[in-house]
Amino acid sequence: MPTTPSSQNRSETQDAPEHTDATDERTPLLGRKAAKIDRLAELMGRREESDHGAGVWRTALARMRRSPMAITGAVLVAIFLIVALFSPLIAPYSPTAQTWGAEVFPNRNVFVGPRAENWLGLDNLGRDQFSRMVIGARQTLLVGVVATLVGFGVGALLGGTAGAAAVLGGYWGRQVDNVVMRVIDMMLALPTLLLAVTIAALVGPSLTTVMLAVGVAQVPIFARLLRGAMLSQGSRDYVLAARALGVRKHKIALAHILPNSLGPVIVQSTLTLATAIIDAAALSYLGLGNPDPAFPEWGTMLADAQRFLSSAPQLAVYPALAIIVTALGFTLLGEAMREALDPKLRK
Amino acid sequence: MLRFIVRRLLQLIPTLGGLSILLFVWLQRLPGGPEYALLPDDATAEQRAQLRRSFGLEEPLTVQYLAFLRRIVQGDLGTSLMTSRPVTEEFMTRFPATFELAVTAMLIAVAVGVPLGYLAARKRGSALDFAAVGGSLLGICTPVFFLAFILKVVFAERLGLFPSAFRLSPGMSRTDLSGFVVLDGIRTGEFDVVWDALLHLALPGVALASIPLAVIVRMTRASVLEVLGEDYVRTANAKGLRPGTVRTRHVMRNALLPVVTAVGLLTGSLFAGAVLTESVFAFPGIGSFIYAATQTRDYPVLTGFILLIATLYVFINLLVDISYSLLDPRVRAQ
Repeated sequence: MPTTPSSQNRSETQDAPEHTDATDERTPLLGRKAAKIDRLAELMGRREESDHGAGVWRTALARMRRSPMAITGAVLVAIFLIVALFSPLIAPYSPTAQTWGAEVFPNRNVFVGPRAENWLGLDNLGRDQFSRMVIGARQTLLVGVVATLVGFGVGALLGGTAGAAAVLGGYWGRQVDNVVMRVIDMMLALPTLLLAVTIAALVGPSLTTVMLAVGVAQVPIFARLLRGAMLSQGSRDYVLAARALGVRKHKIALAHILPNSLGPVIVQSTLTLATAIIDAAALSYLGLGNPDPAFPEWGTMLADAQRFLSSAPQLAVYPALAIIVTALGFTLLGEAMREALDPKLRK
Repeated sequence: MLRFIVRRLLQLIPTLGGLSILLFVWLQRLPGGPEYALLPDDATAEQRAQLRRSFGLEEPLTVQYLAFLRRIVQGDLGTSLMTSRPVTEEFMTRFPATFELAVTAMLIAVAVGVPLGYLAARKRGSALDFAAVGGSLLGICTPVFFLAFILKVVFAERLGLFPSAFRLSPGMSRTDLSGFVVLDGIRTGEFDVVWDALLHLALPGVALASIPLAVIVRMTRASVLEVLGEDYVRTANAKGLRPGTVRTRHVMRNALLPVVTAVGLLTGSLFAGAVLTESVFAFPGIGSFIYAATQTRDYPVLTGFILLIATLYVFINLLVDISYSLLDPRVRAQ
């Protein structure tokens, strides 16, 4: 075999399940984006055989412990989670009370920087910036987690149905799989952020809208991923054994194939959290975020602070750094997990 | 080759048809709907019902969809609520600006990303490799609009090196042939216009390039690493080919194939990024118009533009597929 120019070719030259190719063949435009996702799905499925004795997750964990990328990511994520979960205990003041309102005059360029009582200074309305940042972490976590769960939930339902139908459903099952995957492939053709912007703009700005819009945009990725993983599990001996023993089909799908297929989906969830945080910030910047001023949110804070960027750049820099560092933490962790699970990168 | 192109074109029909159904279901039937988007919050139920009727929303779904499809095929995507002009016309007048911006961003991303990714792979584990990989992760995690703002404040407002807004300086006169400022300038020989337009493209172009650049660096690096480990590269080296020949004919030619695909796929994200970048730089393209439409909830513009962009995206990927098959004969054979 000469080279492997694309993941699509890779899956065709190797022993990928035939259903994967069938769908890609019919939707060539989206086939490669799809194949990239399938590739991740496949990797999980193939690993186990080469690893005698040790479980997939145990070896992956062992490798992640030695990876500086994984450690950095895990530390950043841990700090973020602690701050977000315990934010009411950490924040010294109310994030919304304009306690020092008499000291800040944005129209005269009078701002208050860091000082003993306000660690990060005051915002443009005389509120404690540190408290706002800390409470904001909670909003960011909420948006990230709910959006990811929406993407995961709907995507897994679609992908799981398609995968189970394709593996166990015979002829009609493959037809169901075809129809579902065609819809998923079309969803992949829509730029995710643009889709989120459109949904949020049409439904109207609210916290729920942001979470739904960002989550819906992630659905096709999760669906594609879980289906691919289930297909690669479907040809395994243990599935054949379960069928031979007369285990009911829905039980094979739910109790045997599904648990073994969740690996790549969990990796993707970590990466999606980063995307969701950045996309939510973008929606807030466009004025489509949570309009309720009682809940400070990093994206909204960043968008608001841009009016004062030349006189008080710190007001924009704090939330921007928080978004970047948090997203970086999740990305590093997710990438490290993916590398740890990829047999090609093991040496 | 011709058969390959025709087959790919035919395969577009179900994709686009499905896309229209998807958008129809999503956007026409969203909770809220136009009667909430268009009317003030205190409108009566009767007013809302009347608006629904005037949009044809009380008709059976199939009838609505066929009417929707008929209008799309005729190029009628409705009328903008902001400007009272047809949505297609608004799209066409703004398309050249965004096209120039997107091409600029892609050129920056490819021109910087491919060499950087190649060098990072050749010197794997070096400081350069670390910086390239770390920088690209950072690039993916930085909100595009924040980067755009920083660029604007530092290079336009503080240093004054670049203009901070619009496509051309005020008062700059030019002969308009097609709406493509740079192309028109080159054709008519107005090189002062070309230079001015390029200066205006620089900052938004860099901001928009950040994400594709990050992806291309990582992709090129991974792909070159993979190809460098191939047997045919070892063979080429072993039979005494000059290193330069191996690099261009064997390594780069094969390593760039997935990058070509990535460029096509990234084009879709460029349009989304343009919404953020263009609104920061008041760049009069598709993105800033979508931004304006989100602020006024311009329902026909949002639905129409996303359909047009998705169609465009599908066609761009068709072009990528075709160029890919020219580069890699194995794709044609399957």
